[in-house]
Amino acid sequence: MQAVSTTAVRSAATQEAVWVCWLLLTGALLFLGFFLVLPLVSIFAEALRKGWALYWEALKEPDALSALQLTLTVTLISVPINLVFGVAAAWAIAKFDFKGKSLLITLIDLPFSVSPVVAGLIYVLIFGAQGWLGPWLQAHDIKIIFAVPGIVLATMFVTFPFIARELIPLMEAQGTEEEQAAMVLGASGWQTFWKITLPNIKWGLLYGVILCNARAMGEFGAVSVVSGHIRGMTNTTPLHVEILYNEYNFVASFACASILALLALVTLVAKTWVEWQTERQMAAERAAVYET
Amino acid sequence: MRFKQPSVLPGFNLAFGYTIVYLSLLVLIPLSALVIKTTSLSLAEFWQVVSSERVVAAYQLTFGASLIAAVINLFAGLLVAWVLVRYSFPGKRIVDALVDLPFALPTAVAGIALTTLYAPNGLIGEQLAKLGIQVAFKPLGVVVALTFIGLPFVVRTVQPVLQDLEAELEEAAACLGANRWQTFCKIIFPAALPALLTGFTLAFARAIGEYGSVIFIAGNIPLESEIVPLLIIGKLEQYDYAGATAIATVMLLISFVLILAINLIQWWHARRHGMRK
Repeated sequence: MQAVSTTAVRSAATQEAVWVCWLLLTGALLFLGFFLVLPLVSIFAEALRKGWALYWEALKEPDALSALQLTLTVTLISVPINLVFGVAAAWAIAKFDFKGKSLLITLIDLPFSVSPVVAGLIYVLIFGAQGWLGPWLQAHDIKIIFAVPGIVLATMFVTFPFIARELIPLMEAQGTEEEQAAMVLGASGWQTFWKITLPNIKWGLLYGVILCNARAMGEFGAVSVVSGHIRGMTNTTPLHVEILYNEYNFVASFACASILALLALVTLVAKTWVEWQTERQMAAERAAVYET
Repeated sequence: MRFKQPSVLPGFNLAFGYTIVYLSLLVLIPLSALVIKTTSLSLAEFWQVVSSERVVAAYQLTFGASLIAAVINLFAGLLVAWVLVRYSFPGKRIVDALVDLPFALPTAVAGIALTTLYAPNGLIGEQLAKLGIQVAFKPLGVVVALTFIGLPFVVRTVQPVLQDLEAELEEAAACLGANRWQTFCKIIFPAALPALLTGFTLAFARAIGEYGSVIFIAGNIPLESEIVPLLIIGKLEQYDYAGATAIATVMLLISFVLILAINLIQWWHARRHGMRK
């Protein structure tokens, strides 16, 4: 049996020679092996290099726990805020026609192209001690930079487009017929949204949340600028990984990194599952259309 | 002409207003703060900062390494997308999911993992050292990290295009006497070209701003392996806000140019396929 086969419908004329198939496949898998699989495996190998006991020790350390707690808190604040924004932006952009729509989409995409370090810098320029609002904030004893609010702001900036970006094309493709029908039948605006729009976009929404969540938990550059690296106070897990690594405490560093790597793997599984669900839903809809 | 077309659906004012307010507060006003802060520098001061030897070397490294990494990803991404769309092999779904790892894995984690592998005593670094190649703590290390970060962009933009390519086109080419290589060059490659260019530009844009995965493997030697985002952080740590802002403004300008390039590629693509609205 041939382990490598091409899609059955392709005829011999539109098919490469077998040795070409093998060559391309081997090349691709070697590349992915070296660039993706090896780094991933090495994280866990390094974390467990000195055995499980030291691994647990590193994870149970108070600074590591408080870093993880801060990471989760920041994620839990920034993802829901961006979720509300994403739905609102997608509703306005996908369901209505107005001037300057493509400019608005470009502006929403902007944080994707801005370096995370620049993202952190702009908040320092506004809220930092020498920034625009710095003196006022100091007079009122409010700390934003080198404190949790700054970390939340920076995280919100870098994860800003994720959910809107997933929803806009999806809601554009779905059109407005179903919502219009609901409105004509007497539903209120909110009823239409909760009963028609939300069920239609739930998989896209979940997909966006998963990506947004992964980035929020892993953000490093932007958070690094605004955090101040105070151990046990403003250290997120990615920053804690950096500090431990720079102290040559490799086992502890990779132990914390392995938690983030596990979360990344969970993200990939969840993402694949959502893609699979979407495919299934689309196939079911197609089948329903054929039956009628 | 009015600003908005009439619609029976409610909530436009609320959704649009909220979008604009949130976008302005979180993104637009802070970004304009950067530009305004730069204007507090005179042109001569600005030029002095961005043309200093160390900054120019960092720009050269960041652009050079990002360009090389994006070119590697252009070819490797096409290869991976091709294999994932055209061939079936055991574990294909896992490989497909794994391609997104650089999106999901925090950049700092990727950075320390790559550094450990490519350091002179690391698994790969040791073998390469025997050949006289040093990767980690050299500019080559920056290229490795940026290749890792940019990999999913090309794969994920090219994959759907290859998937939607009609088999009839290739069959017609074969009927007309083209061999596989000719079909690839004249049918498949032109169809995938806009997506390839979009993926390339996205990977390039991401690589220029990348920080987390690079700083560990780069070694950060001034004039040799120091990237631009690190220089900004260095200036900030010395409370040189004006200097940091000047360097960052140049980065921001480059981001705008790249966004423009992506939009132009997509416009060109849409026009070629007659899908313009």
